Amino acid sequence: MMMRPYRPKANVQKRAYYNDRFWVAPRIPEEPVEGSPFEEDLLSLKRKFSIEKAYIQRGQMVVIINPEDNKEVLRHLKEERGYDVLSEMSAIDYLERDGTFEIFYQLLSLERSQRVRVKCRIKEGEAIESVEPIFRSADWSEREMFDMFGIKVNNHPNLKRILMPDDWVGYPLRKSYPLQGDEAAQWYEVDKIFGKEYREIIGPEQRDPAYVNPEDTCNFARIKHEVPRCADPESEPIKIEKFNDDAPLVETFDLKEAKIVNRR
Amino acid sequence: MAQHQVNYGASGGLPVALTTVDKLVNWGRTNSLWVLTYGLACCAIEMMASGASRYDFDRFGVIFRASPRQSDVMIVAGTLTKKHAEFIRRLYDQMAEPKWVISMGSCANTGGMFNTYATVQGVDRVIPVDIYLPGCAPRPETLQYAVMLLQKKIRKQTIFQKQKPKRLV
Amino acid sequence: MQQRNRLEPYFENLAFERDDNRMVINFGPQHPSAHGQLRLILEMDGEQIVKAWPDIGYLHRGMEKMGENMIYNEFLPTTDRMDYIAATSNNYAFALAVERLLGIEDKVPRRAKVIRMILLELNRIISHLFWLATHALDVGAMSVFLYCFREREYAMDLMEDYCGARLTHSAVRIGGVPLDLPEGWLDRLNWFLNILPEQIDLYEGLLTENRIWRMRLENVGVVTPEMAKEWACSGIMLRGSGIPYDIRKQEPYELYDEVEFDVPVAETCDSYGRYKLYMEEMRQSIRIIRQLIPMYKETEPQLMAHVPEYISAPKEDIMTQNYSLMQHFVLVTQGMRPPVGEVYVPTESPKGELGFYIRSEGDPYPYRMKIRAPSFWHTGILQDLLPGHYLADVVTIIGSTNIVFGEIDR
Repeated sequence: MMMRPYRPKANVQKRAYYNDRFWVAPRIPEEPVEGSPFEEDLLSLKRKFSIEKAYIQRGQMVVIINPEDNKEVLRHLKEERGYDVLSEMSAIDYLERDGTFEIFYQLLSLERSQRVRVKCRIKEGEAIESVEPIFRSADWSEREMFDMFGIKVNNHPNLKRILMPDDWVGYPLRKSYPLQGDEAAQWYEVDKIFGKEYREIIGPEQRDPAYVNPEDTCNFARIKHEVPRCADPESEPIKIEKFNDDAPLVETFDLKEAKIVNRR
Repeated sequence: MAQHQVNYGASGGLPVALTTVDKLVNWGRTNSLWVLTYGLACCAIEMMASGASRYDFDRFGVIFRASPRQSDVMIVAGTLTKKHAEFIRRLYDQMAEPKWVISMGSCANTGGMFNTYATVQGVDRVIPVDIYLPGCAPRPETLQYAVMLLQKKIRKQTIFQKQKPKRLV
Repeated sequence: MQQRNRLEPYFENLAFERDDNRMVINFGPQHPSAHGQLRLILEMDGEQIVKAWPDIGYLHRGMEKMGENMIYNEFLPTTDRMDYIAATSNNYAFALAVERLLGIEDKVPRRAKVIRMILLELNRIISHLFWLATHALDVGAMSVFLYCFREREYAMDLMEDYCGARLTHSAVRIGGVPLDLPEGWLDRLNWFLNILPEQIDLYEGLLTENRIWRMRLENVGVVTPEMAKEWACSGIMLRGSGIPYDIRKQEPYELYDEVEFDVPVAETCDSYGRYKLYMEEMRQSIRIIRQLIPMYKETEPQLMAHVPEYISAPKEDIMTQNYSLMQHFVLVTQGMRPPVGEVYVPTESPKGELGFYIRSEGDPYPYRMKIRAPSFWHTGILQDLLPGHYLADVVTIIGSTNIVFGEIDR
């Protein structure tokens, strides 16, 4: 019996197979907000809320706030500063690193064509306040966030799964969820349609694209050992004659000599 | 008496053709394959294209129907996800016998490039498939060829044989 | 013969004994005019809709998870399958996001930019033609479907000549384009651009003043400007509500600040106004491509950005120079390692604002990739838009939002 190798379960994402020990990843520069078109926004925010950090990255302002303030900060930005579209929001999983989720809100001001990203961090198991009363579009984004990460949202009108079926197990976009699904996911359709007793009849999913079964001669051919279809894999291989390169592409035949077989 | 009666055997120019019941029935079946449009993803666009102006599908007697109860063939065009798998089985069960399934595109054949938690790895885990079409997405010509192959398959069938349950996977 | 299975007929969508006169009906997920796998559960009072619950996720394929498990170049063909009607616009949005993350946006050669823009606008035409075809078919005009598909096939032929695929193009690479335009392609493009305006006039002649068309589209699906902002609408859904916001104009990328085009805006806020916008946008796309053809002829033949750190050298260099070969090998097997940081890049796809949010931790795999697909919100708005309409209008409204399920569910 061979023991299965142990793999850490907290992060099952693919990782680079080789890392240079001395390589330090460069960082995208974080520019100061002072002197940019976002300065006013930041000042008015700082008057009312405590801002952990604010900087400009690739032309968009990033503001890091306390998670308790999220609703009020967005309301302030919408009503006072004209950021009237919540174009995107979602979360990032940092559970393995420090047990937190990072939630970001991507805002757009249609009049000034400026984009601001508001970020905050919450611990696992904590809930965040819904911003649906301010931006109606958060209705679906928060449902998606709940579906994919399992982050609870307080005071949401209809918090249930949106992309995955209601009886799904697990939260797919967490780093601890394998790309090809856990056991419940892999048998989901068989269990649902035929029942668990059908698992043996249908068999496990075939997820390896390079899979060749040498025992199965009905569906696979072994190169250099071609046997007739569905024959015993150990039987004598078919003799393949030397390939004739000079043969004409279409063989002409003499109609008079040809024998007409009785065809149906 | 009965001088007007035609001697069928002697005058051969009459519109009479002799055939077997099998051939007659199969002739009817092959040339009026009504398809249940099971458009799921990208391949559905190519399926629509093959029904549209340039690749006119009506020439083969293939007419797209939106109801499973009126159709003979199901063209599964696109990715089948786990959330949807239940519905494809329901609609397949609603189709009247005899029925055939064409699995169009890599996603329907094997899951294709979507080797993920949410994708059914081949529609044949749920319903039996007669013809697999490779490609991502297959061109309309490929779909036409598949329909012609299916017609060939139908012509080989006899109508009085006992129906065997089709095999999954 | 059927396999035995556990599926029993269910009556979740039919309520037999209800006190009020309401009826709950189920629409989809396999409905011919739902533009994919949309499932709508509608509560009806007679013919009128009282409440609507759109149910999505029937095409959720886990693309964001795939993106986290793939190197950046590997993920590019997957973006084809998002908005599969105009695949190049997805490729481009992803490529632009990675380029901005790497900071090499300015280093993309001018010829590549021109080719990308031609392809983007051609895709916009393809997408709008497809929209008109299916929308007209849903509303009941079969012949418009056949006409639109005829012209769409010509445009598909052009795409096929360029990249070899009809539907899933992958015609854009991170840092440029893989191929130059083939010989004679611009002549064929010119021919297409010359026949297209006449055909658009033909469609408009068939539809614009058609009584049935106007009765079914006018004052149906009114999206007020406030509603459009609330629901983060973009593209034609936003401009159809009287807000002139086009990312190509307001936050220009590529060479959109060098070409002249107008952004049409409809004040009526209904489906008919949106239909007019689609027709006008096709004409504007033709206008943009016409300006790009002379620009193409003035450019240098370089196609990929010269950034050896992130992007492989041209094939001739790889075949002849040792260092280029080594670098290419590393980039293909390990992938490029972008700087640590995050970026959100919006682009104007035919459906609306298509944005990629990429969080990089310095690894060859992105730490988080969020795809901001416009159709997601255009489906969400259905729950506020449908109540009050009649059942027959549902198809019109779904059609005029121009949703495509590959990018809603991702």
